[in-house]
Amino acid sequence: MSADFLYGIEVIINGLMAGVLYALVALGFVLIYKASGIFNYAQGVMALFAALTLVGIMEGQVPFAHLINAVFGTEIHHFGWEVPALLAIGLTVVVMVIFAWLVQRFVFRHLVGQEPIILFMATIGLAYFLEGVGDLMWGSEIKTIALGLPQGNARWLEDVTATWGGDDFYGFFVRQLDVVAAIVAILLVTALIIFAQYTKQGRAMRAVADDHQAALSVGISLNFIWVLVWSLAGVVALVAGVMWGAKSGVQFSLSLIALKALPVLMLGGFTSIPGAIVGGLIIGVGEQLFEYTIGGPYLGGATENWFAYMLALLFLVFRPQGLFGEKIIERV
Amino acid sequence: MKDTVEPYVTDDGRTIGDVMLDLRNITLRFGGVEAIKDISFDIREGEIRAIIGPNGAGKSSMLNIISGFYKPQEGEVWFDGAIRPPLRPYQVAQQGIARTFQNIALFEGMSVLDNVMTGRLNHMKAGLFRQALWYGRAEQEEVENREAVEKIIDFLEIQKIRKTPVSRLPYGLKKRVELARALAAQPRLLLLDEPMAGMNVEEKEDMSRFILDANDEFGTTIALIEHDMGVVMDLSDRVVVMDYGRKIGDGTPDEVRGNQDVIDAYLGVSHD
Amino acid sequence: MFYREAGDFKTTYKEDNQTFPIAFDRYRYWAVLAVAYCVIPFMINDYWANAILVPFLIYAIAAIGLNILTGYCGQVSLGTGGFMAVGAYACYKLMTSFPDVSIVIHIILAGGITAIVGAAFGLPSLRIKGFYLAVATLAAQFFLVWMFNKVAWFYNYSASGQISAPERLVLGAPVTGPNTEPWVQYMIALVFCTLCAIIARNLTRGSLGRSWMAIRDMDIAAEIIGVNPLKAKLTAFAVSSFFIGISGALFFSVYLGAVEVGEAFGIQKSFLVLFMIILGGLGSIFGSFVGAAFLVLLPVLLKVIGVDLLGWPTDLVSHLRLVIIGALIMFFLIKEPHGLAQLWRVAKEKLRLWPFPY
Repeated sequence: MSADFLYGIEVIINGLMAGVLYALVALGFVLIYKASGIFNYAQGVMALFAALTLVGIMEGQVPFAHLINAVFGTEIHHFGWEVPALLAIGLTVVVMVIFAWLVQRFVFRHLVGQEPIILFMATIGLAYFLEGVGDLMWGSEIKTIALGLPQGNARWLEDVTATWGGDDFYGFFVRQLDVVAAIVAILLVTALIIFAQYTKQGRAMRAVADDHQAALSVGISLNFIWVLVWSLAGVVALVAGVMWGAKSGVQFSLSLIALKALPVLMLGGFTSIPGAIVGGLIIGVGEQLFEYTIGGPYLGGATENWFAYMLALLFLVFRPQGLFGEKIIERV
Repeated sequence: MKDTVEPYVTDDGRTIGDVMLDLRNITLRFGGVEAIKDISFDIREGEIRAIIGPNGAGKSSMLNIISGFYKPQEGEVWFDGAIRPPLRPYQVAQQGIARTFQNIALFEGMSVLDNVMTGRLNHMKAGLFRQALWYGRAEQEEVENREAVEKIIDFLEIQKIRKTPVSRLPYGLKKRVELARALAAQPRLLLLDEPMAGMNVEEKEDMSRFILDANDEFGTTIALIEHDMGVVMDLSDRVVVMDYGRKIGDGTPDEVRGNQDVIDAYLGVSHD
Repeated sequence: MFYREAGDFKTTYKEDNQTFPIAFDRYRYWAVLAVAYCVIPFMINDYWANAILVPFLIYAIAAIGLNILTGYCGQVSLGTGGFMAVGAYACYKLMTSFPDVSIVIHIILAGGITAIVGAAFGLPSLRIKGFYLAVATLAAQFFLVWMFNKVAWFYNYSASGQISAPERLVLGAPVTGPNTEPWVQYMIALVFCTLCAIIARNLTRGSLGRSWMAIRDMDIAAEIIGVNPLKAKLTAFAVSSFFIGISGALFFSVYLGAVEVGEAFGIQKSFLVLFMIILGGLGSIFGSFVGAAFLVLLPVLLKVIGVDLLGWPTDLVSHLRLVIIGALIMFFLIKEPHGLAQLWRVAKEKLRLWPFPY
């Protein structure tokens, strides 16, 4: 097998890894959209905020230190303690649940029944707000996540596959972190699907996604389900934030992943969990493959910036509801 | 019942002309469901044709086919003696077919006046650049069409609310504004989807008067879907009865009233 | 007491259709124009021009453009930054390729080119609606920014990738380049802004404006009534992009003088203009002005209060700005989805009756 072909396979493998992470972020969107019809632009910022909170708690940072120092003239920064990883993760989850409750209570409860575009713009406002709050709470310098996640490449894979190609091929170069991220993502997705299909709350969630009025009439509390859904999305955001943050540091650009999830949703449909996964994989692989075969050599590179959108756009023109979405029948 | 297609004059002095719209063997399917099965009927110029039948019979879908919104899988639509090729809905509107909707489809972001003015769109020709400059042709056209619209507003007695945003209007007035918008287009054929729905006796009388006057004064041909039998019998020249997507009656109100199939359909006697 | 319609009868439809039916409003409008054209140019200094007035006028044009597309026609677009870039780069290429032609012509042509590009990217709107369309416009945004970065022809092969505006004169006074005086910058922005606002007003009150709003409110019913959706949507994209292109050209040549496409016209710009029309009021020309003013003034105000008065560090203030803008967006969407323009309208309604309560 030629070295080029094998490099192509490597590109695909890396694409699949990236795709799994895209799918994870997209999943957060699908959860909220299914249950409330809200397209949560703030999902990416939630990932950033969750990661920031985790790091902040672990390092014993004082929240809003910067602001407090400015107002009161003090100089405090840290509590002086460090919180072990697992406890910190638990606390962060609690924070995300509180956030879900606050958002539901103060924002979206008042926007019930509004048009989708208004809801979407509200989530854009939420994204800006949360970004500012995250910066105020924990500071905007780049952070690193010290969770003990393995760095470096998967040496064993490299060594095993090095013999497949000719002399030019050095084995599949895949980072261990990516492998871990992919495994975690798959586990989480599986857990979510099991939750949605087999538990009482999951069933209630799907009922709410189908028809608010009908769900109310069988005694399901819409507010509870919405808080639940936003909390789940928060957990998903936390995992995504940690994974991405471990790769490239916890910083603002993390929130832009949300933008990447959009083409995934366009492909997979906004309401389908399997769609988010398949869409994520397609985009992940497609992006890398395009850059490798055409973008890099002929177009000067960096095509990942827009290829996903063009792909999704083309797809939408021919199939407006995406791969798995429900066909929209319009009635007058 | 006149079997020939020669124009005739009714008892109250209106002239019923030739066949304007002819639906032949229309079949409409949504996926596996057959909403309309092999229906044929015609509408003659100047007449008031009622389409009646139990809920779910396919009446609104029939109107949607006439408007060009649904495309039937089988069958032909003939307009003015020529077969009508598949047209986009706005092209059908340009041919002179206007309609109102079962669930009111007014433009909630605009006032009554603006809504009715949208009915005049096909009469306003000034292009983009003329409108951008406004002075001259575009302004003149706006004023001319405003006059035409004001006549309709007078006719339907909605002068007081002309500047009100339609979202603030009660249901009965909204229906009247929808009728105004449809009439503003000066259509040859007016399709009314349950114009009396949700109205009390007084409102129904007003609406009936407007429909009759539109037909009498403007010569508009009218096809209406309606559930109130009293209205149907009083207003219409001919009636089509639909049930489960099939035509089960076609004739004058008296003929249809005596038809056993029609009676069975309304009383709920099940078919095969 | 002074704000009354009583006795002010309209006897022709032409009078009834005018932009400011109440006499007081009309006088106010002329007064504002008088101050803008005759007073401010003599009083303006560099700070006021560069920090407040010039960006306000230029963003107002972009806000009007986006409002036509999103507020009047209901097509959500997140590609504003990209289209401003088209205007800027078109202007740059025209300026450098035809140095003898007046920059005013170049700006208008840049608007025209952006209109064509905008209409092209608007084609998917015939099949795609709502969110999906918003995301499709993101494709335009990212692709355009990438293109202006990568394709060296656009920045005349310069090593830095930046484009900068060569000096140009209008009626003898330099409007671009380092020798430009603040009042000249202000005047050219003001003239373009006034003309754009008038054109936008004319278009939105005629049959084109009504067909746009019909598509926004009920696109299926609109088509059945007789609105040609292709024509309506594409003209909305084209007209909107025309204004946004002019705004981008002015932003580059008159305001900044030199831009790098990623930071000047990135997605943050698209959101900024979108916020302007949400806060100001969707479907309102006046709202576009209010929103632009608000979002240009707010950071200046925050900086003055936070940094100059309270002595806080600048990064803290910029974080606070995010928090405040985000909170305001959510607040307005909850309380008054029609924006500040609606609040203004309600205030005027109350004023018409004042001092009576109803």
